[in-house]
Amino acid sequence: MLTYLIRRLFAAAVMLVVIMVVVFSIFFLVPKWVGVDIATSFVGKQADPAAVEAVRTKLGLGEPIYVQVWEFFKGIFAGRTYAAGGDVTHCSAPCFGYSFRSEQAIWPVLTDRFPVTLGLALGAALLWLVFGVAAGVLSALKRGTLWDRGAMVVALGGVSLPIYFTGLLSLAIFSYGLGWIDGQYVPLEESFSGWLGGMILPWVTLAFLYAAMYARITRATMLEILGEDYIRTARAKGLREQVVIGKHAMRSTMTPILTMLGMDLGALIGGAILTETTFSLPGLGQAVLNAIKTQDLPIILGVTLITSLAVLLANLVVDVLYAVIDPRVRLA
Amino acid sequence: MTAPLHEPTAEAAPSAAEEAALVSGDAKAVQGRSLGRIAWERLKRDKLALTGGIVVLLLILVAVLAPVITGLVGQDPEAHHEDLIDPLFGTPIGSFGGISGEHLLGVEPVSGRDIFARIVYGAQISLLVGFLSAVVAVILGTVLGILAGFFGGWVDSVISRVMDGLLAFPQLLFIIALVSVMPNEMLGLTGTGVRLFVMILVIGFFGWPYIGRVVRGQTLSLREREYVEAARSLGAGRLYILFKELLPNLVAPIIVYTTMMIPTNILTEAALSFLGVGVKPPTASWGQMLSNAIDYYDSDPMYMVVPGVAIFLTVLAFNLFGDGVRDALDPKGSR
Repeated sequence: MLTYLIRRLFAAAVMLVVIMVVVFSIFFLVPKWVGVDIATSFVGKQADPAAVEAVRTKLGLGEPIYVQVWEFFKGIFAGRTYAAGGDVTHCSAPCFGYSFRSEQAIWPVLTDRFPVTLGLALGAALLWLVFGVAAGVLSALKRGTLWDRGAMVVALGGVSLPIYFTGLLSLAIFSYGLGWIDGQYVPLEESFSGWLGGMILPWVTLAFLYAAMYARITRATMLEILGEDYIRTARAKGLREQVVIGKHAMRSTMTPILTMLGMDLGALIGGAILTETTFSLPGLGQAVLNAIKTQDLPIILGVTLITSLAVLLANLVVDVLYAVIDPRVRLA
Repeated sequence: MTAPLHEPTAEAAPSAAEEAALVSGDAKAVQGRSLGRIAWERLKRDKLALTGGIVVLLLILVAVLAPVITGLVGQDPEAHHEDLIDPLFGTPIGSFGGISGEHLLGVEPVSGRDIFARIVYGAQISLLVGFLSAVVAVILGTVLGILAGFFGGWVDSVISRVMDGLLAFPQLLFIIALVSVMPNEMLGLTGTGVRLFVMILVIGFFGWPYIGRVVRGQTLSLREREYVEAARSLGAGRLYILFKELLPNLVAPIIVYTTMMIPTNILTEAALSFLGVGVKPPTASWGQMLSNAIDYYDSDPMYMVVPGVAIFLTVLAFNLFGDGVRDALDPKGSR
């Protein structure tokens, strides 16, 4: 188990470095290939050449790519000082870059917005796991009944609906039309009930989408597993049906579900861009979108890295859980 | 036949003699039914899948004939009709977002552009990106998946790690980032053309590991089969085995994953346009309409409902059809 964990951690670390290099390449090499000057995009299109050159020196954009990656990497642990002539900007550790467009270090932006996104992702995940898996299991057990057909029609509809449509629709109905919910986001520290009120619609619409997906997968997996020999054996041993389903079948059903949960949760924590845009939640996703619109590359870079980190961590946790649930994984 | 389906495999339709043998119940002829034919017969009985297929075909027609259709109703997707807008609120005059005999689905707030015409033209963008990015993913996924599965060793290791890595990437973010760093003009394309080209390539690029993994797994199990061994012992070369023995047996899973991928790609395109990094205005796209509709969800809800329903129906139709194709091609299926 320990060697397994170490191997996984090592793989995750390698992956993170790869992602960092790729992210840098996207932002610093791709523009070069297609003939866009990155320094110009930091300053603005009508900037004079001297200003562009100053930015280039200050950000080290003239350096080779590996030097840039290394400087960035060092900044995370040791902080970083950007200097061009007499113009010095310090970015204290952990430095995830500095946005010269919005005149701020990236790290505080990330820590400010992270709790919003985390709250959104975790709340929704709880809802979709409970309802999605339950609906899927029930459908599998009552295969071919009216419940099964009904649930699967709803689920198919659910996976076909984009969140930015259901989100707007729910805002129009519950917030504007019926006036039940005030759609404004309120930070948790200010008021718990206010926070709950602001999050309930995002949670439910986001969870609906994922619950539909999870219900479909759960049903398909459950049906396949119910046909396995060991289920027949369990029944033949005279085990009660609750034990056969609840203990034997559920254990195998949960493994693919967990894999999906790891990926989805990681992706969401890294920025539920669509949900946050639809509901105007001040999370990471909204930050990165604003950054894209203003071409504020350091923020995009920082959020992309944090996102990748979240995906990797979530996958790591899932893989470890996997080993706990499924004894076959431990042996491998 | 009204259904928009082709035989999933490249096999020719059965001859009249075979047809007759089928009817008379000749055992030999029944055995000879191809996978494609079995699948088609299953699919024909699946009403939901057929409905989905028909809707998909209609959508393709709408996209191809967009200029004709908008010409018939006498509307231009980019023509402004400011006279139909309430100057005080910027919303359309009349109920349900200004629906009238002339403007079948109403007009947009502020500009007064005809929503029906924009929806019809938006179908072009959705389907173009949906299909072509799936093609990119299928080509990459099939080639690399076969190579990994067939050659094994370090080739397999490298390709498999790349696939794992890509699947662990925060895709939407990367797609947005990539699309946003692209310039306005490249390769002789401008504006919307560049965006379309980049979206197709990038969405396809992030999609190929899904197909690649399946193809690799299938190839791994197929290359050990007796018929491949038989071909090899008869002196067949690697390329012959790859293309003549393995590829035909990979057609079914590839088709299944392609049909499932198209709706996902359509949603991604809509999401990108919704976020403002898709096609550029004034070119119409459904996601972009929804994004504009955010500001009017209370004053002009119709503006958001129309493109939303368009995306929903399109994706639903592809999903229904895809589910049907998957069931029909499933060798374990009993129907």
